Amino acid sequence: MLGILGVDAAGASITALFWFFVALTAGGALIAVLTTRVIRSVCGLAICCLGLAGMYYYLHSPFLALMEVLIYIGAVCVTIVFAIMLAEPDEPPPAPRTRATWAWAIIMLVPAFGIFLLLSHLSLAGPWPAEPVMRGDDSLKAVGISLLTTYCLAFELISLVLLAAILGALVVAREGRTREH
Amino acid sequence: MPIYQQSEIYLVLAAFLLAAGIFGLLRRRTLVGMLISGELIFSAAALNFVALNHFHAPQPAHGQIFVLFIMGLAAAEVSIALSIIIAVYRNYRSIQTRDLTDLKG
Repeated sequence: MLGILGVDAAGASITALFWFFVALTAGGALIAVLTTRVIRSVCGLAICCLGLAGMYYYLHSPFLALMEVLIYIGAVCVTIVFAIMLAEPDEPPPAPRTRATWAWAIIMLVPAFGIFLLLSHLSLAGPWPAEPVMRGDDSLKAVGISLLTTYCLAFELISLVLLAAILGALVVAREGRTREH
Repeated sequence: MPIYQQSEIYLVLAAFLLAAGIFGLLRRRTLVGMLISGELIFSAAALNFVALNHFHAPQPAHGQIFVLFIMGLAAAEVSIALSIIIAVYRNYRSIQTRDLTDLKG
């Protein structure tokens, strides 16, 4: 890339790709929140996770980017789509958009926007510690070594949590009794 | 310094994800929609972890491990929540939160 485009054009294209991923994340989150159909909301979540994978890649953790695509898009979104197919065979009628629903939406926008402004102000103005002089290794090798030494107990516990979640999901979903009408 | 090597944009983006998740939790009328908004909040926390760990911590590998744990817990939470949603649908023939009001006086 450097040989073809030169340094300036390569840097500009990398920055443009960064803004593209930022736009994917924010736009996907907006789609996930604002649409009425649930299936479009799942698609928004998938777009948001793709953008987040790009963010992780820019933060020097390509393994996390891979895991984000694999777990969130490949597992979570597909599972939610399965649940929608099982639980909502017919589209619910769209809710009527009266003046009261708009008023409620605006009222709900207030705490969300307040939290966004507060956290943005804190993160922009906060006294963050300076960049560390000595930086450790952030390669995949370091991640694997700490998973098997420092965080060995948590690593085993997360596998137990996943096993318990699988069993619990089976038990809860199989024994749903039907209510007599 | 290019924009992708400064921590502010990542933190503001994480704050935006958190706000979008909270707005969705308040606004959504189905259980699946609320679950998706919860996933957005998880993602905001994970992005904050990675960004702060990349820019302000001496050991950059630990934040990645925390985010791996967050992803595992999110996967477990989604599986449990979806099975609960399917059980609720079997009982009520609906996953609209408006219909699930049996405990209300």
